[in-house]
Amino acid sequence: MSWEAVIGIEIHVQLRTATKMFCPCAIPAEGDAPNTRTCPTCLGLPGALPVPNRTAIEKVLAVGAAIGAKSPATTRWDRKNYFYPDLPKGYQISQLDLPLAEHGSIPVTTSAGAGSVRIRRAHLEEDTARLRHEKGADGTRASLIDYNRSGVALLEIVTEPDIRDGETARRYAEELRLLLRTIGAADAEMENGQMRVEANISLRPSSDAPFGLRVEVKNMNSFRSVERAIAYEMARQAEVLDAGGSITQETRGWDEGSETTYTMRAKEDSHDYRYFPEPDLPPLDIDPAWLAAIVAGLPELPGTRRARYVSELGLTEYDASVLVAEPRAAALFEAARAAQKELDAKLLANWVSGEYLRVTKEGAADPDPVQFAALVAAVASKEINGTTAKALFAEMITTPLNIREVIASRGLGQISDTGALEKIIADVIAANPQAIADWKAGKQQAVSFLVGQAMKASKGRGDAALLGELIRAALDR
Amino acid sequence: MSADLRRATAAQLRAGYCSGEFTPVEAVDALLVAIQREDTALGAWLHLRGDEVRREAAAAEVTYAAARASGAAALDALPPLLGVPVALKDLVNMIGTPTTAGSKILEGYVSPYDATIAAKLKAAGALILGKTNMDEFAMGSSTEFSAYKRTVNPWDRERVPGGSSGGSASAVAALHAPLSIGSDTGGSIRQPASLTGITGMKPTYGRVSRYGIVAFASSLDQIGPFARSAQDVALLLHAIAGSDPRDATSSVTPVDAALLKLPQGDQAASALKGKRFALPKEYFVAGMEPGVEAAVRAAVAALQSAGAVIDEVSLPTTEHALATYYIVAPAEASANLARYDGIRYGASKHGGGDLLDGYLATRGRGFGPEVRRRIMLGTYALSAGFYDAYYLKAQKVRTLIARDFDRIWAAGYDAIVAPASPSVAWKFGAKMSDPVAMYLADACTIPTNMAGLPGLSTPCGLSEGLPVGLQLIGAPWSEAGLLSIAAGYEALSANASWRDQDPTDLAALGGAA
Repeated sequence: MSWEAVIGIEIHVQLRTATKMFCPCAIPAEGDAPNTRTCPTCLGLPGALPVPNRTAIEKVLAVGAAIGAKSPATTRWDRKNYFYPDLPKGYQISQLDLPLAEHGSIPVTTSAGAGSVRIRRAHLEEDTARLRHEKGADGTRASLIDYNRSGVALLEIVTEPDIRDGETARRYAEELRLLLRTIGAADAEMENGQMRVEANISLRPSSDAPFGLRVEVKNMNSFRSVERAIAYEMARQAEVLDAGGSITQETRGWDEGSETTYTMRAKEDSHDYRYFPEPDLPPLDIDPAWLAAIVAGLPELPGTRRARYVSELGLTEYDASVLVAEPRAAALFEAARAAQKELDAKLLANWVSGEYLRVTKEGAADPDPVQFAALVAAVASKEINGTTAKALFAEMITTPLNIREVIASRGLGQISDTGALEKIIADVIAANPQAIADWKAGKQQAVSFLVGQAMKASKGRGDAALLGELIRAALDR
Repeated sequence: MSADLRRATAAQLRAGYCSGEFTPVEAVDALLVAIQREDTALGAWLHLRGDEVRREAAAAEVTYAAARASGAAALDALPPLLGVPVALKDLVNMIGTPTTAGSKILEGYVSPYDATIAAKLKAAGALILGKTNMDEFAMGSSTEFSAYKRTVNPWDRERVPGGSSGGSASAVAALHAPLSIGSDTGGSIRQPASLTGITGMKPTYGRVSRYGIVAFASSLDQIGPFARSAQDVALLLHAIAGSDPRDATSSVTPVDAALLKLPQGDQAASALKGKRFALPKEYFVAGMEPGVEAAVRAAVAALQSAGAVIDEVSLPTTEHALATYYIVAPAEASANLARYDGIRYGASKHGGGDLLDGYLATRGRGFGPEVRRRIMLGTYALSAGFYDAYYLKAQKVRTLIARDFDRIWAAGYDAIVAPASPSVAWKFGAKMSDPVAMYLADACTIPTNMAGLPGLSTPCGLSEGLPVGLQLIGAPWSEAGLLSIAAGYEALSANASWRDQDPTDLAALGGAA
C-alpha cells in the first residue's frame, strides 16, 4: 500500500550574539574549560534575575522579516516549567502565545522543482546546560554538568506539516541555514550542535485522510542524516502499517552508524509545562520604527539573489546556487563586480566558486576584492594565462598584491606574439626528437607534451591555446 | 552612653560621628553587646558579622576623623549612612555571608555575589551587622515558619513579631539596630512593623532592585526599610532605591531627593493641613480587634484636627484581594522555588535512587510545611485545565484592584489611611494550625502589593499594651510624600504617652528583669 508522509520540522539554532540571552556572560568558545562562562543568572543562583539581550531579539525579528512572517506589536516571555539537571532554574524562559515571528515561509527547490515550506512560528528561548555521562576510574557512573551553554540565546523555528519527503526536509534545513548565515543571525553549524533538527513524521493512506500518529526523530547531526533518517523512518512506519501493525507515538533517535532509528523514549502523557508569563521580565513593545530599521538593514536574501544572478547576469541555476550557498563567496562576487562593472560575470563566478572556494578556508583572510577583480580582468583580457593567474591568486591570499603592478614589474604578461612563440617552439621541437617520432607514429598526446615543454620554456607565460595551434602547424610542416 | 547609642537613630548617629561625640566602633560595639546579651531570648539574628563589622566601623571612623580635620564641607560630602549599622533580612545575598531565606534547603549556602542593594549599602558606607530571621522563603505572617529559630516580639515574649520580616522588625524594635531591610510580598514589612511598634515601608514595585533578593513572588516582592522614625526609613530607602540594569522590572523614575530631608517637627505637622486622605471602609473588616480600630480611628481624628480632610471611600475589590493573592503568589513561587533541586547548591538528597527520588527527597525534606503547601497551591493553579480558571482570572481581578486605587488618586487624594493589621501581635501557635487564619493577618496589606503601590506602617498607639500601626498607602512613586505624612503624624503624637514607652519585655530580654 502507498502512504503519504506528513512531516513537520522543528529546528533550534544558537544565535550569533556576543553574550547570552539573559545575562552578560560571553558565548562559550570551543575549548573553554567547563563552567567558566557562568554567572549567578545562568547558574540559577538564589536571587539572580534575567535581562533580555536586545541583539538576540533583533536577530529573530530579522529572521521573521526575511521569511515574510508577522511580528506582534507586543511580545512577552513565558516560563516553561520542568525539572532536569541541565535546567538550573527549573524552568526555561521561552515564548508561548506571542512568538517574535509567526506565519512565514521559506522557498525550497528540490529535484521535483520549486516549492516552499510554511513556517508556523519562530521564537526566542534560552539553551540548557550540557550533560556528560562518564565513568570514573573506579567504574562508577557519573553525570557531569557544564553550564557554559546554559542561557545561550536559542531560536526555535517550527514549520507547518507541509513536508512530504526527506529531500524536501533536507533542502528546507539547508535553506534555513543559508538564510540565517546570510543575515548574520547564526553560524548554524550542525556538526557542533549549533543547529539541532527534529522531525515529526507520520503516515496516512491518502492526502485527504487525517494525520496518523507521529514519531519524533532526533540526533540528526548533518543535512545528509536528516534526509536519510526521514527516508528510513517513512519506510519503517510503512512496513509496520503494511503488516497491519500500528505506530507507537514516541521519540526515536537516528543512529548514524547503522543508519536506523531507535526508540529513545516512549511518549508518556504529554508533559504539562505549566507555562505562565515570566514575571521577572516586562512585556516588550516592538516599536514599528525599530522593526522598520531591522527590515531596512536586511541584506539581499538567497532566493532573490539566485534569481537575479540567473536573470540579470546570465549565470546558470547551478552556478548561481553554488555562489549563493556560501555567503562569503557571494560577498566576494558582489564586491569584485562592484570594483569592475564590466567584468564577465560567468568568468568571475567560475573564479569565485572554483579557485576561491577551493583554496581559501572558511574564516581565513579573503583576497582584496578590487585586486581579485583586477586578476580576473587580466585573465579575461588574456593579458595573463591561467597558470600565472592561479599562482598570483595563491600569493594574494597571504600577501597583499597590486595585480597591475606585479604583472608589469615581474613581466608576467602572457606571450601572444607569434614570432616569439615560434622561436620557443623551434627550440622545443629540436630538443625533443622522441616526441616528434611519437607524433609521426600517430600519438596525438605528443602535442600536449610539446605544449607543456613550450610553456615551461616560456616560464609559464605562453598563451596555451596559441602554442597548441602553432605547434600543430609546425609539426604539419 | 552605650544605652543611648542603642537608641540613636541613623540621623543622630551620623551627627555624633561628625561632631566626634562618639564613633562608629562605639555604636557597633554597643549594639553587638546588646545582641550578645539579648538575642538568645529575642531570636532575631541568624548570622552576625561581628569581627568584620568592627573592622569596617574602624575604617569608617578613620574617614570621619580625616573629614573632621578638613572641615564641614568634607563632612557633608560623606555618604549619609557612613558608619550606620544595618541588618539584612536573610534573603539578601551578600558576598561571603550565609543566605538561607529561613529554609533548611539553603542551609550552609554562602552567597558568591552581592545583591544590588547590598552593593549599594556598602557603597553608602553602611555597616552590615548581619542577617535576620524570617519565615521560610518569606511565606508567613509570624516568622514561626523559620526553619531555624523562633523570633519573639520585644513587647511580649509570648507573642509573635509578625512576619515574614519578623527578625528585621524585632531587631529594630529591640534596639539591636537602628535600621534594617525587609521584604514585602503581601505585607511582610508593614505587618511586622505594626506588630513591633516601628516604621516600615514597602516602596512602589520597581523602586528598589530585586537583583540578589531570594525570590518569593516576582511580581509582588519589593524590598524596603524598617526604622524607628520616618526620616530614618527615608534615609535607608534613598540609599537602596533606583533603577538597576540587572533588574528588568526596576524603574528609571528618579529617586526623590526629598527623602534625605523630610520636614520635621512643627513644619511636618503643619504640612498636614489641607491634605486629603481616603479612609476605605472595607479595611475595617469584621474580626478586626476593637482596640486596633480605636487606635487607628484616633490617629485619623488627630490628622483631621491637624487640618487634613478625611473622606470615607470604598475600595470594593478589597474583599477579593486575599483570594487573588493566594493564586498569584503561590503560582510564581512554585516556579521561583524550582531551582532548589539539590543539584548545584544547598541541601541535597541525591545519590540514593534515581533522579526523581533525589528531587523528591531533597525538596520533600528541605522545604517546610508552609512552603510545600504554597508550591502545591501554585502548581495546581498553573496546571493544564486550571490555568484559565485560576491564574488568568486572578490576573484579571488584579487589574480591577489596581483600578480601584487609580480612582482614589484620580480623585486627588494624597494617601489612603487604614490599619496595617487587623490585630495586635498574637501568641505563638495561635494560627499555626489554621493557614487561612494566618493568611487573614495580611488582609489589610495585600491589596497594595497587588496594585504595586507604596505603603507604610507607622506606630499609632497601643491596644492592650501592644503596638498598633497606621497604614498609609500612596500613588506610585509617592514614597517621600507618604513618609512626610508619617513624619507629620510623629510630630502630632510626639507627646503621647506610648511614644516614650520602651517595648515591655525589652529589659527582660537580657535576663536582667
